[in-house]
Amino acid sequence: MTRIGVVIFPGSNCEYDASLAMSELGADVAYVWHSATDLTGFDGIILPGGFAHGDYLRPGALARFSPVMEAVAHFAATGGPVLGICNGFQVLTEAGLLPGALQKNRGLTFLSEPVGLVVDSTKSVLTHLATTGQELTIPINHFSGAYTCDDATYEALEANDQVVLRYTNNPNGSRADIAGVANEAGNVVGLMPHPERAMSTLLGSEDGRVLLAGFVSAPRALEASAANAAAL
Amino acid sequence: MNFPVIVDVTLREGIADPEGATIERALPALGFTGVTNVRAGKSFRLDVEANDEAAALVKATALAERLLSNPVIENAVARSEVVGS
Repeated sequence: MTRIGVVIFPGSNCEYDASLAMSELGADVAYVWHSATDLTGFDGIILPGGFAHGDYLRPGALARFSPVMEAVAHFAATGGPVLGICNGFQVLTEAGLLPGALQKNRGLTFLSEPVGLVVDSTKSVLTHLATTGQELTIPINHFSGAYTCDDATYEALEANDQVVLRYTNNPNGSRADIAGVANEAGNVVGLMPHPERAMSTLLGSEDGRVLLAGFVSAPRALEASAANAAAL
Repeated sequence: MNFPVIVDVTLREGIADPEGATIERALPALGFTGVTNVRAGKSFRLDVEANDEAAALVKATALAERLLSNPVIENAVARSEVVGS
């Protein structure tokens, strides 16, 4: 069984939803306190939404210095799947594990609403079960979600197929409608929308399932590709 | 010895500043005309232990680049709080 760790920083508040979604998709889930330094035994790590360390200074600015982030960086560097949702995405950019930064929404208002998304790249642990061009409806819930990067970074993102999700109707002023990006290897992904809140039609949408099911099955996919690489 | 240092953090040139733009748009309604190029930022005040002021500013600049600012979108400049020093 896939074992997923959900990191809890002081101020995280989406860890239960993330954990429940993972369990529903068949994963074995454990919470990981932010002071942890060893992620041995996990097949994937989620940094959930919330307000880590109160979002003081900038969202994610203090969380990146939590001890667990060194372990997350090591886990990511060795090919481990890492997913940052909302505040988790902000933490990953602050930590330099994903390019760019998240600025205050262009309209300077907190946004809490379902948004339309389109899958732009399936080359990531989050989107590999989806199809390019697939449209999804998933809620957002943030104040600082405007994705920003310089021209050189944007060109690299495009060239390497690292933009995984775009908004169909840009709600927050993100550059080029970017809602989620991956690192070059595709094993670290961050997105502002909350797929863990889109797990049931009864609650509005189950479009998060194709993404999170992908994340749960990603460790096996990565192992398989490693095995394939070894066989060559 | 402690040196009082101010660190100013501002958005880099070319990075959108919706706060500054909103403030700029509000000013004419309050009767303040002729004010342009409004940029919002943050300011921090620190006492930095060092041998001299130059060393204090070097230390403040280093910590400002590491923590107080996000170099992807922001510039940080450290200056002495003592005017004319």
